[in-house]
Amino acid sequence: MALDAESPPVLYAPPWRRERPGQFPGLPAWSAPAVVTRNERFDVSPFPEVSRQWAWGGADGGGVRVCVVDSGVDGAHPLVGEVEEAWQVETGAAGQPQVVPCPPRDQAGHGTACAGIIRAVAPRARLSSVRVLTDGKVGSGAALLAGLEYAIEAGFDLINMSLSTTRPEFRLRLAELADRAYFRRCVLVVSAHNLPVQSYPWTFSSVISVASHDEEDPLTFYYNPTPPADFHARGARVLVARPGGGTARSTGNSFAAPHITGIGALILSRHRWLTPFQLKSVLYHCAANVGPGS
Amino acid sequence: MSQDVVPQGLAQQGVVRGVAEQQLLQSVVEVARQVYSAAATSVFMTDPDTGELIFAAVAGEGEETLIGTRFPAGTGIAGWVAASCQPMIVDDVAESGQFAGDAAASTGFVPSSIMAAPLVAEGECIGVLEVLDRYRAAPPPGRELDDVSMLGLLATQAALALALLRRRAGAPTVPAAGTDALLSRWASRGPTTPVHPLAVTLLQASVSLLESRANGLT
Repeated sequence: MALDAESPPVLYAPPWRRERPGQFPGLPAWSAPAVVTRNERFDVSPFPEVSRQWAWGGADGGGVRVCVVDSGVDGAHPLVGEVEEAWQVETGAAGQPQVVPCPPRDQAGHGTACAGIIRAVAPRARLSSVRVLTDGKVGSGAALLAGLEYAIEAGFDLINMSLSTTRPEFRLRLAELADRAYFRRCVLVVSAHNLPVQSYPWTFSSVISVASHDEEDPLTFYYNPTPPADFHARGARVLVARPGGGTARSTGNSFAAPHITGIGALILSRHRWLTPFQLKSVLYHCAANVGPGS
Repeated sequence: MSQDVVPQGLAQQGVVRGVAEQQLLQSVVEVARQVYSAAATSVFMTDPDTGELIFAAVAGEGEETLIGTRFPAGTGIAGWVAASCQPMIVDDVAESGQFAGDAAASTGFVPSSIMAAPLVAEGECIGVLEVLDRYRAAPPPGRELDDVSMLGLLATQAALALALLRRRAGAPTVPAAGTDALLSRWASRGPTTPVHPLAVTLLQASVSLLESRANGLT
């Protein structure tokens, strides 16, 4: 909750400095962020001029380039709309992953769901897709790295990644890519993992990581005072697009991340030259438990 | 399904390694079915070579017929969960226009809700635990995040148990033949017999290894 300079300091340990319960020996407790958390009061330095109205009032995401790194996107779905460009990771002649253009399609449905959420929040954002689900010959981690690198080099403003890898050998390379994206003003929005396993890249400070809350409003999100998950956004019972034209109600952190991606597109369409750290700060100040009126 | 045998197809494919593993997987799906009052629960194991998903254990709808059935990598909700390592719920799927692409629908049973979580062991997604039509196809709204969180814990426990079984299967359970004879030969050596430094180093390593095993450290 927002506190002004006159507020007395809290005398207990703030949420971000507390000991976390160690339910799974050998793993950091934050590897299993609670998806349902109780909001509590914590100290905030408010920037009252940074309001939701200031951040995205009247914005529609127009001109902001967003890439969904996922299972592909069904470009024919009415809830998704136009998919500007689509690529997929394939197995090259030498067995290495390579990124090639492809029709906007999606066999698993996950990327279509994420794209539809982004479209609903930011209707005029420019959506593209990189499909990193492969034919099984290229490992999923290698395909993810190749697809993510391609999207970063392609200069997108925002990349939605509702996935993670548990393979430690990919950690360093993913961290390098996340840093590269950060310095190129390419914002990675990543869903947090809610299993008690080590996974990446949502735990990196260079990305915006998102877990779920249980409310219905797509524009309501909360700052999480116990990182590494940065924010909680809508992730339960979300009406999502299914390939082929249908819809379904979906739940999971996978569907929380595209809400923040969409809100990020709104903000960037109004404030074009925000850096990734500025965008994260604006999101922080506009969170329902931080910003004006919280 | 009888739990005292491993279906031949699964054993040949190396999907399920032994009776204990099959019993464990069957136990996992039975527990999950009870927890969620589900129409069916299943465990898919991932083929490490092709990425295909293979029905390894089923409780409820399809338990007599589905074991061993394969689906291409990246197919449907289970395929995505395996690829992304992210648990998720999809409700109201029967209203979807393209549900036929899902592994669950290919079985002939069309659920209205699917919930799935990855089995992650030692950094690898080795399978998917899936629940069809929890709460008898009428999931009460408001419990989704708790449901998916609980499924993630069940899947984690199953994966840890599988990893433990496999680790045990890979380790010798009885001392290697000839150990006693080797020890006797070493003990019978005279106190002045010259010893090569490398032999001492190797012996120290051997003793350390035996002690660590005895202490359960490896």
